[in-house]
Amino acid sequence: MKYVDEFRDGALAKNIAANIAREVNPSRRYHLMEFCGGHTHAISRYGLADLLPANVRMIHGPGCPVCVLPAGRVENAIQLAQTPGLILCCYGDMLRVPAAGGMSLLKAKARGADVRIVYSSADAVKIAQENPQRQVVFLAIGFETTTPPTALVIRQAQALGLTNFSVFCNHVLTPSAISHILQSPEIRQLGVLTLDGFIGPAHVSTVIGSRPYEYFAEEFQKPVVIAGFEPLDVMQAILMLVRQLNEGRAEVENEFSRAVTRDGNVKAQLLVAEVFELRRVFEWRGLGPVPYSALRIKKQYADSDAELRFNIPVISIADNKACECGAILRGVKSPQDCKLFGMVCTPDNPMGSCMVSSEGACAAHYSYGRFREAA
Amino acid sequence: MSTTKHGYVRPVDFKEGRVDMSHGSGGRTMAQLISELFSAAFNNEYLAQGNDGALLPMAEGRLVMAVDSHVVSPLFFAGGDIGCLSVHGTVNDVAVMGAKPLYLAASFILEEGFPLADLKRIVESMAHAAREAGVHIVAGDTKVVEQGKGDGVFITTTGVGVMREGVTLSGDQARAGDKILLSGTIGDHGMAILSQREGMTFDAPIVSDTAALNSLVADMLDSGARLRVLRDPTRGGLATTLNEIARQSGVGMMLHESAIAVNQPVEAACEFLGFDPLYVANEGKLVAICAPEDADRLLEVMRTHPLGREASIIGEVVEDAHCFVQMTTKLGGRRIVDWLTGEQLPRIC
Repeated sequence: MKYVDEFRDGALAKNIAANIAREVNPSRRYHLMEFCGGHTHAISRYGLADLLPANVRMIHGPGCPVCVLPAGRVENAIQLAQTPGLILCCYGDMLRVPAAGGMSLLKAKARGADVRIVYSSADAVKIAQENPQRQVVFLAIGFETTTPPTALVIRQAQALGLTNFSVFCNHVLTPSAISHILQSPEIRQLGVLTLDGFIGPAHVSTVIGSRPYEYFAEEFQKPVVIAGFEPLDVMQAILMLVRQLNEGRAEVENEFSRAVTRDGNVKAQLLVAEVFELRRVFEWRGLGPVPYSALRIKKQYADSDAELRFNIPVISIADNKACECGAILRGVKSPQDCKLFGMVCTPDNPMGSCMVSSEGACAAHYSYGRFREAA
Repeated sequence: MSTTKHGYVRPVDFKEGRVDMSHGSGGRTMAQLISELFSAAFNNEYLAQGNDGALLPMAEGRLVMAVDSHVVSPLFFAGGDIGCLSVHGTVNDVAVMGAKPLYLAASFILEEGFPLADLKRIVESMAHAAREAGVHIVAGDTKVVEQGKGDGVFITTTGVGVMREGVTLSGDQARAGDKILLSGTIGDHGMAILSQREGMTFDAPIVSDTAALNSLVADMLDSGARLRVLRDPTRGGLATTLNEIARQSGVGMMLHESAIAVNQPVEAACEFLGFDPLYVANEGKLVAICAPEDADRLLEVMRTHPLGREASIIGEVVEDAHCFVQMTTKLGGRRIVDWLTGEQLPRIC
């Protein structure tokens, strides 16, 4: 397939792998975090770990929107879906995310809740138009990539005078999560986790640009290379990070220059700014409360805010005590360090959120890489 | 001489008519639908017996029997419809056992209000598919459910075939060292359905691969290659089928991604919708596992058949207590090809 195969070329991958192998300094370690679930998936799906020297270790970050949504918000969504007559629209990944007592939207659906999988927020608006007698709620999740489309439908619903449509907003922000990780005690004081550099988000960066990462590179002295989601993008980004680290540089570099500019998509940014505002604090699964890390709908669009319309309460639900999702999302532990992994927690019966989405570190490792421990 | 007049019977309106509750009531309307539509289309001596069951000559040897329900939505799709699919599905299940499919029975659940014109199209497509596959549809049943309680038409077919002498194929026969062959591209059926549902169009439309595999299977059996397992990778795709075999046989598998063919538009649709073609359904493909020395000969035979032109050897059976199906990726890495989690596509067959 054109524009895809070029970035999955085996011969080129071997070439880059050879360069990485040649350039790494055998006396040091390279601990690189890929922030995005998309990168985690590519690394596992294409078996990229097999192409890297032993001292280059990839640490899977918290950039999977499904994984970081706290159980309390999932519980809110389930309760919402059980409201008589209501239609809850969401992305397919959300369906199996476990909340309290093993309940999920999928199970709620089997018990009669009207939950519909949509591929885009626009589909939810369409469903609202087709069902004028019923309340339709779009469960909005995701980082900066999915935020502009949500903003768009909120504006569209208002323009259309759709009174039965609202959005349950759970949009979160990448830069605040990265700084939260970099400021965590594990990294700053305890030294439990050494993070040498970041592979920066692909799609998120097309919206926000490369500029927001300049602060991390400067303040924390960590190199960032923004990379696309194809396997060659990831390999190239690793090589670029190895070079920066070898040369003692900590800069923002852009491997994904075919889609990302320094300023990003200004039109999308303005749209988001028009509809959303910062929440003072938002709970992330695994990271806990993170200040100024999420968005809520502005007052002038309050009519479309499901949180107000349905009086959605703040619920906090603790994860299973043995579940290591929190530590895994912070990069402190690996999936195989968790006692539940592959035992009671599998993609078919996920206990923690990292096992739900194929972009989650646990599901990716279980589905693609668990032969490594079996050997 | 009797003075009783023969009542005029209005023919079934296959243009504007719709299924109503009387079509399943057991009365005259139903009898008329059966004779004007089903009997006329399927037309064979066994069905013509007109009894509660079909009386069939006893075949020598071992019998194979399989059943398959079909609930696909949309009912008509590029490359086929629920009618031919319901024939191919069961014919293939019988054929990959190593048997020659002979007879089918078909059960229809019709929804009140369903256009008779569409039903006619479906039944004629079934008849055509059965003729092509060389099987007779010898028994049938029709039920009607109220509007909203079905989705147009559901068809269940049961197939009977006679096993080829001396052949035993079974999912537990794969041994380390065996070769794994695939008869062609993967993911065509599932993505044909889904792209139609999502309104996705491509320069070259995605066409379902639905087809009867019995003549390809016959050629493969004729070749004399030592076949261990044959299976058609339908729901759950190639990945699921190979995991089933690996578990049944207590072996592992090592596949080579570059040997597995995917049509370009299928690949593109999978990219857009986030699917892995390894998990997408096929309705006209088979997987064969055979002794390593016979693999090349078998491949040659498959490639001379129209349904096996793009056949390839996609991997080997290996020893593995974990029964992992693994794959070397195009990038040169290694990954597991795991069981499907949850459902990938709703209602595709």
